[in-house]
Amino acid sequence: MTRSIRDQAAVVGIGQTEFSKASGRSELQLAAEASLAAIRDAGLTPADIDGMGTFTLDTSDELLLMRALGIPEVNFWARAPFGGAGANTTIMQAVAAVASGAAKNVLIWRAFNERSGHRFGQPQDPGTTVGWNWYLPFGLDTPAKIYSLTFQRYMDAYGLTNEDFGRYTVVARQHAATNPAAWFYERPITLQDHQDSRWIVEPILRLLDCCQESDGGVALVITTPEHARDLPQPPVLIRGVVDSQLIHGHVMFNYYHDDLTRYDECYRAAERLWNLSGVGADEIDVVTIYENFSPIVFMQLEGYGFCKPGEARDFIRDGHIGLEGSLPVNPHGGLLGEAYIHGVNNILEGVRQIRGQAVNQIDGAEHALVAGGRGAMVLGRG
Amino acid sequence: MNAVIAPTPDADDAYFWEGVARKKLLLQRCAACGQLRQPPSPMCSACNALEWETLEACGRARVYSWIASQHPTEADAAPRIVVLLDLEEGVRFVSNLVEIELEDVHFGLEVELVFVEYGEQTLPQFRPVAPGGPA
Repeated sequence: MTRSIRDQAAVVGIGQTEFSKASGRSELQLAAEASLAAIRDAGLTPADIDGMGTFTLDTSDELLLMRALGIPEVNFWARAPFGGAGANTTIMQAVAAVASGAAKNVLIWRAFNERSGHRFGQPQDPGTTVGWNWYLPFGLDTPAKIYSLTFQRYMDAYGLTNEDFGRYTVVARQHAATNPAAWFYERPITLQDHQDSRWIVEPILRLLDCCQESDGGVALVITTPEHARDLPQPPVLIRGVVDSQLIHGHVMFNYYHDDLTRYDECYRAAERLWNLSGVGADEIDVVTIYENFSPIVFMQLEGYGFCKPGEARDFIRDGHIGLEGSLPVNPHGGLLGEAYIHGVNNILEGVRQIRGQAVNQIDGAEHALVAGGRGAMVLGRG
Repeated sequence: MNAVIAPTPDADDAYFWEGVARKKLLLQRCAACGQLRQPPSPMCSACNALEWETLEACGRARVYSWIASQHPTEADAAPRIVVLLDLEEGVRFVSNLVEIELEDVHFGLEVELVFVEYGEQTLPQFRPVAPGGPA
């Protein structure tokens, strides 16, 4: 029998704090509040949790969070690599844990003061990270600049302008405008507003192409499908989850594949995800996409096979990604419109859509794709 | 003149910055199979050999991509042109363009290596190849 992680785990609890620019409390407290909300949403108590995981750049110590929550004993730990690219890696680790029996109920959290505390969008501190010598002395010091070298190639290959990227932002802000949890609730923008925002990297990214910097916390509880059936929320099955890194790749300075107009890791992740989950791109009802910057939405729509290379511009322009479109993208507003909780808030939205509990609910959603570039999952009804 | 952030070399890239100080752009090459690796790596991904040597780059390259890098909090400072290059040896390399206006940069532009001193720090930079060939 071939072993597979298809349908071997379910999301049974989700929780979050408010999303703000100044939470006024510690990152550990945000983590504890979001985690407790997720555990209660699952119909569990802290004593039921026996596995815990997050990913790099989270300052909350595992044991301090365990203590705050009052979890008496934990036997499975995971802390994923890759920064934001590790958001979905946490789910892979939780699935592996419950599918193998290493843990029964795994808590995943992400919480930070990414606006009032350490801001990822600011220049990297000198001398802090191995590998930056190839970039920092040359002025490549912020994520916006780092990614723009790739986006510039993509724009040239298919004749895109910054205005094309703005059409994504308009949709994200439109979705956030009707999501009370979103920072940009009731604040939609026009394409002209986008074009009036200042350049961050001319002529590629304007301010409104960049994700927010946010304070807040989110958490999920993952368990076996069998256990999920005994819990109060509609079970959300993880039909498949993948995490495809390729040799010579890099999560930010991904400059060493031959053709930067295509997101190689994304294509590979898509191929594996459709095979693993048994769900095809044409069966996906709603998508959340990790968008640190708007152009990455275009590259992922192509990578996951929703449109051909270079066709994402027209796909978005023609209205496909709106709430009434053929493939609604980021109905909660995404990282641009709702908040930047390092991509994990996008997983929560996928869960809400399958439960039928989202504020911008896509009617009858049976399959959600949560895409984070090289890491992705298909969620479905349990 | 822009201030630049000095590198903090470690055991795996010290050879490069020692080369830069001598105004040489050194690429790491596997001593067993000859594969170039930039950025460097302590083991060859093709044959797993640990032995390596350096190859001095010829200095010719083409622009693969570029951006104007404006400092986020020093809006009045002149932007630097950060460039992703295809070196003639067949590896990608991040550097800066000098002696050119932003609007004259284009994909495939032929450039050549020049070393520029920014205060205490020397950096390998690239400038357009003069019409008629390298100077």
